[in-house]
Amino acid sequence: MLENITFKPLGDSALFVVFGNSISTDTHKKIQNFYELLQANPFTGMLDIVPGYTNICIHYDILKVALSPLVKDADSIYQGITNYLEGLLLQLQKGHHTEGRLVEIPVVYGGEYGPDLHYVANYHQLSEEEVIKRHTESECLVYMLGFAPGFAFMGGLDETIATPRKEVPRLKIPAGSVGIAGMQTGAYPFETPGGWQIIGRTPQPLFLPNDYPPTYLEAGDRIRFKAISEEQFLQWEANV
Amino acid sequence: MTIVVLKPGFFSTIQDAGRIGQQQYGVIVSGAMDQLSYEIANTLLNQSGTAAIEMTLVGPTLRFEVDTVIACTGADFSPLLNDAPCPMWQPVTVKAGSVLKCQAAKQGARGYIAFKHGIQVPEVLGSRSTYLRAQIGGFKGRALQKGDQLPIKLHSEVPRKYSANYKSLLSFSNSVTIRIAVGTEWYSFTENSKQTLTSIPYTVTKDADRMGYRLESHSALERVVKEDLISEAVTFGTIQVPPNGQPIILMADRQTTGGYPKIAQVIKADLPKLAQLQPMSTIHFEIVSLEEAQKIYLQQQQQLAFMKTALSRKE
Repeated sequence: MLENITFKPLGDSALFVVFGNSISTDTHKKIQNFYELLQANPFTGMLDIVPGYTNICIHYDILKVALSPLVKDADSIYQGITNYLEGLLLQLQKGHHTEGRLVEIPVVYGGEYGPDLHYVANYHQLSEEEVIKRHTESECLVYMLGFAPGFAFMGGLDETIATPRKEVPRLKIPAGSVGIAGMQTGAYPFETPGGWQIIGRTPQPLFLPNDYPPTYLEAGDRIRFKAISEEQFLQWEANV
Repeated sequence: MTIVVLKPGFFSTIQDAGRIGQQQYGVIVSGAMDQLSYEIANTLLNQSGTAAIEMTLVGPTLRFEVDTVIACTGADFSPLLNDAPCPMWQPVTVKAGSVLKCQAAKQGARGYIAFKHGIQVPEVLGSRSTYLRAQIGGFKGRALQKGDQLPIKLHSEVPRKYSANYKSLLSFSNSVTIRIAVGTEWYSFTENSKQTLTSIPYTVTKDADRMGYRLESHSALERVVKEDLISEAVTFGTIQVPPNGQPIILMADRQTTGGYPKIAQVIKADLPKLAQLQPMSTIHFEIVSLEEAQKIYLQQQQQLAFMKTALSRKE
């Protein structure tokens, strides 16, 4: 398991455990397994653990690690941490992968909610209904969260509806907007500027600061978009 | 029992040590930009981790409706307490009805006002730091405005007189050497660019805020191969190079992930110095090894520990 897994520092207070160099579900599974293992076995001074597409970033408190037993038999703080991580990685061999949750995201497609649905349909010479069908039939995978709280970087979009970003980004995209950018699809938790092709909007809040975890989606989740009517959208929004 | 904001200043927010352990959800760390000045302010009040005001370039004017003890640290905003100079770097007793007026920063960019027991705003996701974009934390998730009433606790005990000797720990200069460790994409830059980074002066542009500092120089940094990178984690002090070749240093309110190449990383011990730079300041970068960077930080923490011990003896 240690084969092909490497470490690299991100400055003096963080490091990456690198599991691969391209986006793949296989790499993702290893990362998810190690993320869970690390959460269950934190080291003294470990702060944040951030899973990415190809690596996990571990932020640490230099002082706390320096004072911990980790560095006692190591040449440096960094080596003390990587020694510990190597020990944990060995345990991964026996590890099995627990499949992520299946999470539904309700979306009202087209119209004022998805001003670029028409463009996306035209771009692929499909009907709008066919774009919606292919979007709702794709099972997407959340590789990581980043960019904004609750924003999920997803893969698994049906490639026949992959569409390049807009040449001129919009200055304002409403919160909940669901879009396509190349092979990526996702939903904006907040109003923000952006260049994604917006095909719909979800009434489901994606950032939930009063809950724990504070996000609707987590890395490892499997996502299904579900088409809803405008009426259902308004009703859902009123209930939130 | 509150403090009333009479004037908010240029940009004042409530900050603490930061929102730790939430980055996997895309939730940024935030927290005081100059963690040393922030920590010393709390140390002076014999407390740690409590919420303080961070002011930027021009400070706020506050009216106290309750007796308390405060400590002002960081950049010198020439604070006036009831129109008389208010000493910095030491605990100061403030009576109800008093007005604290902070002015423009003489040197440096950020100042801290800590209050005994801290500002009593609710904790959100483990921190009281203001997170503007998500509109959470701090006071209503936003910068302070005129008329805001910040809850604090009564504290009428008069503290002993002592002051922090901060001079060996902090710098408020507008021309600084910032030490860096090489970044994850260092090796993808041309030999020329690697030399350029540490040999020419960089200017902090006016696009310098809590999210990041855009720098400017007469030479653009270039990579040997310009392949697109997969977005991954970044941190406080990460130096990214966008396609225009002029570096951006990520600061306290940075996003959790980024996709630009990371040429270098500011060492943790030099982040407070960086946080105090005003626009148009000059930076020279100097490379140190990872081991050296951590050693410097541990030495800095030791000095801070000595200061804490000395202050607690006087209590």
